Amino acid sequence: MNGVHDMGGLECFGPVRPEPDEMFHEPWEKEVLGLALAMGATGTWNLDQSRFARESLPPEQYLSIGYYRIWLAGLEKLLLEHELVTPQELASAQIQEPPVTLKRVLAANEVTDVLNAGASVERQVPNQPAFSTGELVTVNNIHSSTHTRLPAYIRNHTGVIQRVHGAHVFPDTHAVGEGEQPQWLYNVRFSAAELWGHDRATHGTGEGAVHVDCWESYLSRADITP
Amino acid sequence: MDNEPDKTSAHSHSHHDHSHLDDTALRVRSLQSLLIDKGYIQQETLNTLIDTYENKVGPRNGAAVIARAWVDSSYKKWLLEDATAAIAALDFTGRQGEHMVAVENTPTVHNIVVCTLCSCYPWPVLGLPPSWYKSAPYRSRVVIDPNSVLADFGVTLPEGRSITVWDSTAEVRYLVVPERPANSEHLSESELASLVTRDSMIGTGFAKPVSSLT
Repeated sequence: MNGVHDMGGLECFGPVRPEPDEMFHEPWEKEVLGLALAMGATGTWNLDQSRFARESLPPEQYLSIGYYRIWLAGLEKLLLEHELVTPQELASAQIQEPPVTLKRVLAANEVTDVLNAGASVERQVPNQPAFSTGELVTVNNIHSSTHTRLPAYIRNHTGVIQRVHGAHVFPDTHAVGEGEQPQWLYNVRFSAAELWGHDRATHGTGEGAVHVDCWESYLSRADITP
Repeated sequence: MDNEPDKTSAHSHSHHDHSHLDDTALRVRSLQSLLIDKGYIQQETLNTLIDTYENKVGPRNGAAVIARAWVDSSYKKWLLEDATAAIAALDFTGRQGEHMVAVENTPTVHNIVVCTLCSCYPWPVLGLPPSWYKSAPYRSRVVIDPNSVLADFGVTLPEGRSITVWDSTAEVRYLVVPERPANSEHLSESELASLVTRDSMIGTGFAKPVSSLT
């Protein structure tokens, strides 16, 4: 989706404000983190659906409400979409409908094992990778109307396959209930001059670069030299 | 454009009054009690989740990985070839670190990590991301003008270094291996680890100099 979350290359947001190792600014922020992780662990939705819920908030909200309010709004949206709560229940904090049976409810004594195990997204696929390290590829001109991990700033640009990561779950389908449909995933190196033009390519001294992880369907074999 | 507020950072709420903050706290509390009453989550689970990321998992994990790489060249080689396995060997595994890649800073290349699309970050080795990492100014500008972002951190690169920016668009998470500080040959692994900062493992800083130990 062409949204405001896809902000790579914009310069209108002012300076970065470094800060000490401070994780939470308000006590409720950590509660939102806990709620989002605990509900994620129920397996009702996947990580790509969570990302889609957050990035498809109204743009003025996404840009102004702050990180953990985005998580909170995304969580409420997912709870409603999956009919785990009703709008009336959200508003009143009172149960009005019987609970839905979930795949799992995470217990405290399972937390460490579940977090340490993580959830690999690497999958076996029958086909060989279409591209190999060192090969030139051009990013397809795809404007997905739903979730994608193809950032706008690399569209139509040509880079070099730097690394073949393996076959990974494809977020574009996984986020919209169309399954994992794993594809080969590549790390692609784009020169800074290719992406931003020679005048703006100020990536240290000499020729800098931006590396982006791209699924196979984002790419085509390049027929030009970058 | 520098007077624009940092709109997605948690510092951006000067325009919100306190009642707004209280509203959010109340909304979170209400949601929590609703979800507990529904039987979807348990209070003790929430406490454990928060405690894990507030107190147990953090950049000291990553610092241990870096210090090991500095003192053990075969470990460093392994880390650069298969970071997931090399980091797991030090018992740092799990959520948001299932697929790790380590990238090494050298006298000619400086690496910086970002997630332009959201906030992907290697939790098992660095903990939760700082606010600036998740903020619009960092996510947007570091890919086009990393020099100016480093300047926001007070960092100037020595001459002769090009910058490579790693945009975490998939479930692969990147860890920068900063350069070992000069004149640190005599230091122990744990002393070396104490020189490794969070920002040096993101690429927005360097490891601290040996003189900082005294």
